[in-house]
Formats: sequence, structure tokens, C-alpha cells
Amino acid sequence: MQSEVEAPVVAPRDTEAAGVEFDAVHKSYGAVEVLRGVTLRVAPDEIVALVGPSGCGKSTLLELVCGLTAPDGGRVRAAAAALMPQRDALLPWASALDNAGLALRVAGAGRAEARAAAREHFAAFGLEGFERARPAALSGGMRQRVAFVRTLLAGRPVLCLDEPFGALDALTRLQMQRWLAGALAREPRTVLLVTHDVEEAVLLADRVVLLSPRPGRVVATLEVTPPRPRARDDRAVVALRERALEALGAA
Amino acid sequence: MTALLALLLLLAGWEALVWLGGVDPLLLPAPTQVVEALWEDRALLAPDLWTTAYEVVLGLAAAVAAGAALAVAMHLSPALRRALRPLVIGSQAVPVPVIAPLVILVLGFGLAPKVLLVALVCFFPITINLYDGLRATDPDARRLLRSLHATRWQALRLVEAPAALPAAFTGLKVAAAVAVIGAVFAEWAGAEAGLGHALLTANGQLETARAFAATLLLFLLAVALYGACALLERRVVDWTPRTDSGGP
Repeated sequence: MQSEVEAPVVAPRDTEAAGVEFDAVHKSYGAVEVLRGVTLRVAPDEIVALVGPSGCGKSTLLELVCGLTAPDGGRVRAAAAALMPQRDALLPWASALDNAGLALRVAGAGRAEARAAAREHFAAFGLEGFERARPAALSGGMRQRVAFVRTLLAGRPVLCLDEPFGALDALTRLQMQRWLAGALAREPRTVLLVTHDVEEAVLLADRVVLLSPRPGRVVATLEVTPPRPRARDDRAVVALRERALEALGAA
Repeated sequence: MTALLALLLLLAGWEALVWLGGVDPLLLPAPTQVVEALWEDRALLAPDLWTTAYEVVLGLAAAVAAGAALAVAMHLSPALRRALRPLVIGSQAVPVPVIAPLVILVLGFGLAPKVLLVALVCFFPITINLYDGLRATDPDARRLLRSLHATRWQALRLVEAPAALPAAFTGLKVAAAVAVIGAVFAEWAGAEAGLGHALLTANGQLETARAFAATLLLFLLAVALYGACALLERRVVDWTPRTDSGGP
């Protein structure tokens, strides 16, 4: 499907695997200590959800993976990663197609080439017919999907999704969770999913990592074994959700 | 509609004041006398209008080029920002009537000093607004580009420049409205044509009505320039929802 899409030439910091490793990572912003000794391994094609209270350094973990900031202590090893920021960060003047192809433009592709590559994904993501629409004309759910296509087209083995559905209403959120699960089943990637919604984490991830309030460290890790697709009211899903909430409450 | 009504009321009051108040038309001609002078002296004033319009448009274009270059340079280089900002701001403290004769002295009586003085009046709002616009880019979009390893030039071209366009047009419209001031002062300092020159000679000949007619043309020129910029803005910046067209 991506035969025409050339991966951008970016030297990944670890060429051996498409995984991510945090090794006793410390990070402070000025006097504020954000991360205190986070150790975490994410296997290739594994989906890991990072859950924790606001300000616990979840987004900082993603910035470390994407190389936007460096750790003060410890080590981060990660394959090349693409970031989907908290708000969609779509460019208001560009069409949905041009927004989706932004990563390719940055990688050196021409406008027509980037559009052609983005267009191939539009049908699969339910965006057909909205190629020329500006972001303002798209619904919240569609905007997130355009942002996701943009993230996919960066052609990186690791996806960093920062609260991708945080701004959506409950119903759209539910649909988008189902949709993301399907998309990742079709195109497996290593995913770091930041969320403060425990249920979302349990529905989507292979593993849920619970973080403490600031300074963030790993409090508990839950393996999510129920088979996909998962439903909110699956007994195993409910049980895991309760266990996660308990662990967070104890943190 | 309301603007038209207000204008008509103002003109009617003015007209009544002159005729009923017995004001000397040498001091204040009535609107009808101004229009009469405009019509009778049309052969005299039309070339002046074109001369000034030409100077203003060229000066505005020069200001856009210089202002854009300055704003981008200040945006890209902190050193240039520190070095240039006081100069850019200080340039607005320079009284145009004072330096206009000096500029004429150096550059002569041709087109160049007029274009330069118009540009001097215009480049400040263009530079500052564009500069602010470039800095106001959505931080998330900036982070996104950094995560994609975009070069500085790509960030500017793909994100910052388009994001700055609405602010840049605000600057351009302000510049368009004040541009004629630069042209008039430049012509007063030394010119053989132009509305500023016409204004000066009409005053000297006590042709007050013709002086007012020339002023009316300056007024219309500024409004037309502003309108052209607003129209261009609406065509270029077509993604922001607006409540008011921003036209004159």
C-alpha cells in the first residue's frame, strides 16, 4: 500500500529494532522534576498505553522518543518515531490532502507526489470526498483521522500518539477508538499511546503502563490479554480497568 | 449604508455652513465648489493623480519587499533581531517633512526619493505585523515539524509564512492607508507633478477649491489602495472565518 511512499531519510537512534527503550530516565524543566527514573521497554509492533494524572510527564516521554528533547539522566533508545500532537496541529490553510501529506513534503516529496500518496489512504480512513476540505470544514473525528494519516505517512516504525481523542465527545471518541484499533490491526506499528482514560488504554493497548503524579515514574504495568476486538463491557476489560484505577488511586 | 448616510449628512452640514454662515470660500469652499473645481481642473489634476498613484504603488511595493526581508531576517536570526529592532522602531520617529528635503537633495527631483519616502512611511507596519505573525505560529505545529526533522527553511515555507499571512495583510492595509502621506511630503520637498505638488501650487494661487479637490483625490486614492489590499487579502487568506469583510 505504501509502495510509492519513500520513507524519509532519518537516522534512527537505534537501527536494530523498531522498539523503544527507556533506561532510568530523568528529566526536569528548570526546578520542576518531571520524570524520576522511568524504565520501560516497548517491543516492535507492541501497543503500549501510558496512563497517569495530568502533568505526570506522559507527553515528555513522547518528546524524548521523538528526539524533541534530551533526558537529563538515563538513556532513551528508539527507532525513528512520528508524533501526533495532542491537538491535531492541522494547518488551517491546507486541504485535508495536503495536511495528510505534510510529512512527505518535509521529506522532500513534491506537492503532487505527496497528494497522491495521501489520497491512497483516504478511502480506508473514511475521508473520501473530503480531500480538498480545509480542517475547519471537517468534524473533530475526521480531523483526528487526517492527523493520523499524516502520522502514518511519516513512514516511521514508531507512532507517538498524545491523547489523540482527548478533545472529542464521548460518542465520537468511542467510534474513533474502534477505528484506531482497526487501523493498527491493518498496519501494525510500535505505538506509544498517551491517555488519561484508563478504559481507552485497556481497549487499545497490549500493555498499560501506569505512571505516578509528578515526578512521573512507573507505578504498575498491566498486561492486557483479552482478544481483540474488545468491548467496553467485556468482563476481562472491566476487571482490568478497575485494577488500573486501583493502582492509580494507590499511587 | 450607514457610512454613506453619515457622509451625506456631513457634506450637507458643511455646505450649509459655507452658504448660510457666510464663510469666505478662500478659507473653506463648499463641497459643491470642490466638486466643481475637480471637474473644471480635471485636465490639470488627472496627470497629478497618476503621478502620485504611481509613486505610492511603487513605494508600497518597495516597502513590502524590504519589510518582508527585514521581518524574515529578524525572525530567523536573534542577532539580527537585536540589531535591527531599535532601528526599525526608531525609523518611525524620523519626521518625514524634515528628512524629505534631505532625501531630495541626495536623490534629486526624480521618482526615486518619492518611492523611498513612501516606503519609509509604509515599511514599519508591514515589518512589525509580519514579524509578529511569524512568531505566532501554533507551537504544536512547530513541534510537529521538528519531530519530522524539517529544516529551518521548510518550517518557514510550509508553516510559518502561511500562518503569518493574516497578520501581514493587516500591516499591508495600514501601510496602504498612510502611504499617500509619504508621497505628499516628498512632493512638497521638490517635485514638478503629483497631487502634493498640485496642493502646494493651488495654495500659492489662492485656489482653495482646487486644493480641496486635490485633497479629495488623495483621500480617494488611499481608500482605493486600502480596498485593493483588502480584496487581495480576501482572495489569499481564504481560510479564516471572518465576521466583517474589512473593506472600506
